[in-house]
Amino acid sequence: MQAATHTGFIIAAYAAAAVVIIGLCAWVMLDYRAQRRTLAELERHGLTRRSSALRPEPTPQQAKEEA
Amino acid sequence: MVFAFGINWAMLVPDDYQQGATVRIMFLHVPGAWLGMLGWAVMTVAALGTLVWRHPLADVAAKATAPIGAAFTLMCLVTGSLWGRSMWGTYWVWDARLTSVLLLFLLYLGVIALWRTVEDPSRAARAAAILTLVGAIDLPIIKFSVDWWNTLHQPASVFRMGRPTIDASILIPLLIMTIAFTLTFATLVLAAMRNEILRRRVRTLRLLQASAAS
Repeated sequence: MQAATHTGFIIAAYAAAAVVIIGLCAWVMLDYRAQRRTLAELERHGLTRRSSALRPEPTPQQAKEEA
Repeated sequence: MVFAFGINWAMLVPDDYQQGATVRIMFLHVPGAWLGMLGWAVMTVAALGTLVWRHPLADVAAKATAPIGAAFTLMCLVTGSLWGRSMWGTYWVWDARLTSVLLLFLLYLGVIALWRTVEDPSRAARAAAILTLVGAIDLPIIKFSVDWWNTLHQPASVFRMGRPTIDASILIPLLIMTIAFTLTFATLVLAAMRNEILRRRVRTLRLLQASAAS
């Protein structure tokens, strides 16, 4: 009798916990994909952490001096 | 696997002689409370790592743990509220235990807001670390609130001096569920730390891109 009265509360509690856990897992996975995608995009543009491609183009004066 | 085992066991426990079937809410509520507090404890150690030892991973760990700890604290509050409605006849009372856990949740939101507001990660880390250390005062208040004040919430029944006051038929599935949730918590924190490291790499590249363009 008591169990039947409180079944709704038990189901609601387990549903809330499932939402929290599934929500956290989804957030972590989607965030990972988003960061990976952004990194891949930046690397496609020639940007890497220690990329020489990031060095600005030398000015004509600098190019002349280097030559 | 541990979750499946724990939930299966939790569903098969006999009804409590006082609380009936609602005792099953405990298998969610207690791990939620424990992990909400553990999350803040992890952040407190990380805050010391940021302010004292200046370890580069400390603020990454703190930032990654905050939303996960907040989610588990919210789970504790929601499941506790549902349990309270069925046992006490009310979703909420301003008793010391409930209020101090609500305060912990608000502190989590404050730390998350700080991380989102301050753009420079190192400045945000210092501000969040200070708030975390101040907020750590709430942990012993939560733990001992049921002893220091006259509360509607029951006193400690698992982590207490002497033996737990819960029968083994309920205590064992509770411990299994706590292990399952703790493993989930640790996995999520590690994954969120990896994401945060990637986010910082993206930020560095964008700064380099901007400086190269200017």
